Amino acid sequence: MNEPITPRLSVRGLSTSFMTDRGRVTSVSDVSFDIPSGGTLALVGESGSGKSVTSLGLMGLHAKGSQAIVGGEAWFVKRNGERVNLLALAEADKRRLRGNELAMIFQEPMTSLNPVLTVGEQIAESVRLHLGMDRRDALQHAKKMLDLVEIPAAERRLHEYPHQLSGGMRQRVMIALAMACNPTLLIADEPTTALDVTIQAQILALIQRLQKETGMSVLFITHNLGVVAQYADRVAVMYAGRIVETAAVGPLFAAPQHPYTRGLLACLPGMAVRGSVAKSRPRLTAISGQVCSPFEPPPGCAFAPRCALHIAACDTAMPPLAALADGRQARCIRVNEKIEMTA
Amino acid sequence: MDQLAYVLKRLFSRRIVLVAAAVLVAVTALAVFFPMFSGVDPNAISVMERLKAPSSEHWAGTDELGRDLSMRIVYGSRYSIMIGIATAFFSVIAGTALGLLAGFFKKLDAPIMRVIDAMMSFPDILLGISLVSILGASLWNVVLALAIVYTPRVARVVRASTLVIRELLFVDAARALGVSTPRILYAHILPNLMSPVLVQLTFIFAYAILAEAGLSFLGVGVPPEIPTWGTMIASSLQYADRAFWTIVFPGIAIILTALSLQIVGDGVRDLLDPKLRKSA
Amino acid sequence: MNDTANPLIEVRGLRKYFGAGPQPVRAVDGVSFAIREGETLGLVGESGSGKSTIGRMLIRLLDPTEGQIRFKDRDIAHISQRQMRPLRSSMQIIFQDPYASLNPRMRIRQILGEALDTHGLAKGKGERQARIAELLDLVGLRPEYADRYPHEFSGGQRQRIGVARALAVEPSFIVADEPLSALDVSIQAQVVNLLCDLKDRFGLTMLFISHDLDVVEFLCDRVIVLYLGKIMEIAPTETLYHRPQHPYTQALLAASPIPDPAQRHKDRPLLVGDIPSPANPPSGCVFRTRCPHALPACAETVPALAEVAPGHWKACLRNDLHPLSMKGTSQ
Repeated sequence: MNEPITPRLSVRGLSTSFMTDRGRVTSVSDVSFDIPSGGTLALVGESGSGKSVTSLGLMGLHAKGSQAIVGGEAWFVKRNGERVNLLALAEADKRRLRGNELAMIFQEPMTSLNPVLTVGEQIAESVRLHLGMDRRDALQHAKKMLDLVEIPAAERRLHEYPHQLSGGMRQRVMIALAMACNPTLLIADEPTTALDVTIQAQILALIQRLQKETGMSVLFITHNLGVVAQYADRVAVMYAGRIVETAAVGPLFAAPQHPYTRGLLACLPGMAVRGSVAKSRPRLTAISGQVCSPFEPPPGCAFAPRCALHIAACDTAMPPLAALADGRQARCIRVNEKIEMTA
Repeated sequence: MDQLAYVLKRLFSRRIVLVAAAVLVAVTALAVFFPMFSGVDPNAISVMERLKAPSSEHWAGTDELGRDLSMRIVYGSRYSIMIGIATAFFSVIAGTALGLLAGFFKKLDAPIMRVIDAMMSFPDILLGISLVSILGASLWNVVLALAIVYTPRVARVVRASTLVIRELLFVDAARALGVSTPRILYAHILPNLMSPVLVQLTFIFAYAILAEAGLSFLGVGVPPEIPTWGTMIASSLQYADRAFWTIVFPGIAIILTALSLQIVGDGVRDLLDPKLRKSA
Repeated sequence: MNDTANPLIEVRGLRKYFGAGPQPVRAVDGVSFAIREGETLGLVGESGSGKSTIGRMLIRLLDPTEGQIRFKDRDIAHISQRQMRPLRSSMQIIFQDPYASLNPRMRIRQILGEALDTHGLAKGKGERQARIAELLDLVGLRPEYADRYPHEFSGGQRQRIGVARALAVEPSFIVADEPLSALDVSIQAQVVNLLCDLKDRFGLTMLFISHDLDVVEFLCDRVIVLYLGKIMEIAPTETLYHRPQHPYTQALLAASPIPDPAQRHKDRPLLVGDIPSPANPPSGCVFRTRCPHALPACAETVPALAEVAPGHWKACLRNDLHPLSMKGTSQ
């Protein structure tokens, strides 16, 4: 993937810290990535990796009580070609972008829909706000949106309340709401985690179709490597608040460079079954230990305590995100050794 | 131990809770220790000194029989606090037992809760008055009456919590192990009820002190010869226009103690709430 | 009914209806299967398929509405909880949520000790201590941890404690009810390995309930596919994953995202619509409303579970469909 034009979103050095009972804690630091127009970047990580914090920071949606401090830059190219830094925008400008050019869908659609408004009213409200349509046109537009996300009997559904819909239908409504103002960037934060596999497949196919039709960019946040392999163009793997590896999806799965990425892929039972030759049940290659506490980060590389390739030098400082061939990056001081090892 | 220190730190991170707790400690310490060491007789009558305004000699003035009010407030606190603690204790025990049975055994739920609802439909003070008039006015009968009045409150809270805890997986795990039902109640459900019960305990403690004062004031409480804060106000009422201090100082004692208890209770509840949510 | 030598557990016509009235929720609606001694049987299905309800009925955490559960040749489906108690040391459960399944007010020592005491498995303090240390060691935790409370552990460690508690009574049969779904991928692998090791070591028989098809393929010997409280297909794992016969199994496998970008699904058939409500299931075959191969006849008759190959059973009227070859050909 070559990027001659400016990417839709370009994040540089994003960091976020929160106030807790035990003092200020940095949960995300030094996060940089680009999403080209029409491209899909998957942000992958386990719980506590900082993937959701990253997306909420971009949207400016951190809870007020957490006293979040967000640092860095996030350059977003608007429809009119203007380049704005999302992290430095005034609240009013940010609100104008959100739900309009920037849209977001969440894991649990029930909590992000207003229970006392009908589905139609909610979509119509957003359209009236951002596109300045009148009531009748807005409701008409809402119906078009429900058709767009393949909700059967859209006319009837328009007048139903969120609790009357199934989980999959609610997520469709969320997508309709997100798509209502024709966004150029969709942030999808674990959009299918709460859904069954057959419904997950429907929702993912829908997002893919809409992306193809509208040319929007997608930032896809997930812990599911299967979903990443099927849908992403590029992948950024996060661990303990930092990106540890970025690559195009094919090379990442074919030859992971960072020991954490390798470990994560080796953990997958699906890979183990496919990879096994012997008749006997193979063992999964588990990553030992658990994620370090954000209150007591290790002195050097955050993954060092669990890393099979750990050497003394790993504990001296946090390794930089080293640039590798083919636009790949990995945050490991031994990464070049390993390239030789695997070559 | 670390956990206890952490909990206390959290609890007292709000200054008002710390102040309220300090007031309670001071009141209790005075009630327990002062009479032991002072050697003063709070019932010493001095006709010459009756209804004297507060002075350096009598900090809170004297009552209609010339008894030192500050001494009587300190002595009275023993009875008031005792009534509060005893009432809270008995109603918590009875209420927890009833709430636990109603919440855990579906068959007992309706019968127990109908009685509880019926009791709660009476205003507290009215139920208290009728019970004391049936039982007869004595210190322990007041405690008994108030304990009966506040039992339904505890039972409802305990039932609600039991309904939630009963469905938690660790209870299923215990059942899958074959743990007996009494042990499930005692070892698995009861300890997890402690937080809401503790909050109820502090609130009922405060309510009981207020209710005892109310009953005594209405003349259906503790016999007047026992100096509780309530009886002090009740017996001085007719002199209030001439000697305001006879009711103001016991009143302040009641308000201060009850308020402090409520604040500490609130603090405990705030502390326990997010934790409950996290573990659920 | 299905071929099974030495069944440890045999289930016949098991039903569980929740709620009374004309439209009860049919969580489990006439399910029959058997689990061989030493076997790991997978139970897969989407939400509302009744897989957890079956698991809970087998160890009598739920009372069946109808049917038989033969455990070691004794029907335990309707015996009293008192009669059930001595049997509880031979059947145990591992729960999905490692946070809710441990009593927050008990130390690990008390949690494991209670399991031992209930069945009188350790006499005297010394033996009890030793056994608790042994159990912790078995699941890869340090014996010093015995004096800690559950909140001091991570999710993966708590799940290990849950496993230790189940093993404390030396069961022969374990129901694992989605034991991995609350855990991160890297932690899941640790627990999967632990379960494999323990199974081999103690010759455990296991019912493994999961919605994760990859984990089931990895762990299980045979798999049952459930949909709306009914069995759609039963087959040995390899057969089921490579030559699924039932349209629902095929759709389920097609929908499961393969973690390999070289094997992207292209134009695979997607199931349309939602899972119907178990309070009002479709007539005839319950899957027909979403089935791409449904015929008018599917609305009329409830398809019986029939053997299509040795050990391979399916409940589908259509025998004219070619078994889809799922793996290796999608490239």
